[in-house]
Amino acid sequence: MYWDKTNECMPREQLAELQSRRLIETVQRVYHNVPYYRQRMQELGIMPEDIKGAEDLHKLPFTTKQDLRDYYPYGLFAVPLSEIVRIHASSGTTGKPTVVGYTRKDIVTWSELMARTLVCGGTHKDSVIQIAYGYGLFTGGLGAHYGAERIGASVIPVSGGNTKRQIMLMKDFGTTVLACTPSYALYIAETIEEMGIKREELKLEYGIFGAEPWSEAMRKEIEEKMQISAIDIYGLSEVIGPGVASECQCKVGLHIFEDHFIPEIIDPETGEVLPPGQEGELVFTTITKEGLPVIRYRTRDISSLNYDLCPCGRTHVRMNKVLGRTDDMIIIRGVNVFPSQIESVLMEIGDTEPHYLLVVDRIGNLDSLEVWVEVSNKLFSDEVRKLEDLRQRITREIQGTLGLTAKVKLVEPKTIERSEGKAKRIIDRRKL
Amino acid sequence: MFRQISVFLENKRGKLAEVTGVLADNNIDMWAISIADTTNFGILRIIVDDPDKAVDVMRNAGYTVSTTEVLAVEVPDQPGGLHQVLDILRKEGISIEYLYSFVRRPAEKALILFKVDCLNDAVDILKRTGISVLTNDQVCGL
Repeated sequence: MYWDKTNECMPREQLAELQSRRLIETVQRVYHNVPYYRQRMQELGIMPEDIKGAEDLHKLPFTTKQDLRDYYPYGLFAVPLSEIVRIHASSGTTGKPTVVGYTRKDIVTWSELMARTLVCGGTHKDSVIQIAYGYGLFTGGLGAHYGAERIGASVIPVSGGNTKRQIMLMKDFGTTVLACTPSYALYIAETIEEMGIKREELKLEYGIFGAEPWSEAMRKEIEEKMQISAIDIYGLSEVIGPGVASECQCKVGLHIFEDHFIPEIIDPETGEVLPPGQEGELVFTTITKEGLPVIRYRTRDISSLNYDLCPCGRTHVRMNKVLGRTDDMIIIRGVNVFPSQIESVLMEIGDTEPHYLLVVDRIGNLDSLEVWVEVSNKLFSDEVRKLEDLRQRITREIQGTLGLTAKVKLVEPKTIERSEGKAKRIIDRRKL
Repeated sequence: MFRQISVFLENKRGKLAEVTGVLADNNIDMWAISIADTTNFGILRIIVDDPDKAVDVMRNAGYTVSTTEVLAVEVPDQPGGLHQVLDILRKEGISIEYLYSFVRRPAEKALILFKVDCLNDAVDILKRTGISVLTNDQVCGL
């Protein structure tokens, strides 16, 4: 099922021409309208005329989150504020948020892209979609909302939080599609069980989950618990919000909507563009956005690109599931650790629900990693020896996967704070 | 044989009182209690009058709970009373994971609760040697 077959299945040659034309226009626009880009290009000795097509993209400078912060709030906008109809912001972990602005046409583009995304995930005109992404400055809620309305689905704009009420509405309103973060989906699934609601009482069919990295194992768990098909969607506010890329029902990689964004994979150290298939940092250039076009925006997300043709018929390149972010990656004793790696280990061991927390500290001069794991009914034993065996097995598997010795601590259920948005998987006490 | 309830607890101040609070609020009578502890967690093992209800209320209160069949044996409350039973189990090669005991009326009989590796074998062997193995109902009647 497609929302916009012409664009989603456009032959690649034609797509390449479209990208080149749109890139040239974008570069002209940012050069003339955004002093920051003009200055950066002049520093590099590049004129807009030097960009003759998508093949020249690598000549352009990168944009980072820090650049957006430095020009807070509106410094990188390419249109006067009078043309901006919507402002969103992503919560900064440090100091000021990152601000993004949309023109009227940008909102239409975004709605179209979210419509594509939701249709990819199984939504249609007759769906009842419950949007449990946060509404407000965060792009998740309103982004999904506009896309769903564009399709003509019935939208329940419940936003995040208040889980028991979510479930009551889900049951009473006959929700067929749930859109939220994967960790929240799992929390909802768990609460449904706790409330003793039977699966037959719900009409849920599809889940559209994104805004944080999640593993295949977690997908399996959500799909089994909720008996739905769960797809991964991808986006970030700096590029447009959700609606940058989406899995189709084949669930092998996320189609990047290439008629609007040109992706690259770079070596995060050197900035060099890597060949297709190689893993590295994902970089996006927007080629249709008016309010805040970004040139070679560094996402800090680790992925790779797959240009093989997808059985679904879409021609757009697929990015592999994001493994983690270069900035939620923690380095412990020189070892790169992604929480998703620990998650996979735990799922392997006991089909345990991934309620875990990494606690990183520095004792003396040595980094230490504690992994807190909640003991579920399934893992529990009345014998100390068996629990010790479990603890040692987790320790061993983590050692095997990461090459790092972690201190595993078994904790009671609900010890680890449940998130109603992005899951908090790491406490890094070294920064304190 | 008897159904024991085991509860996972973190080794933290006040944890045990939380559990006994839940049981008290639900009017559950405890007959025997034992705790196995390690540096960071403990396992509470209890025998109660209504195991099904106890499991329900504990799970609803958010605890990790399991039930285990344990061997309940009556021994005379006198020197050598326990040894007689252990000696038989040793000779038959049955290993004991843990045990705990309670005495209701001193100088009469003590009740010993065993977690063993081969429960049914242990019951048969003890019965054959004339040692009284109690069932749920009998313990309830004590």
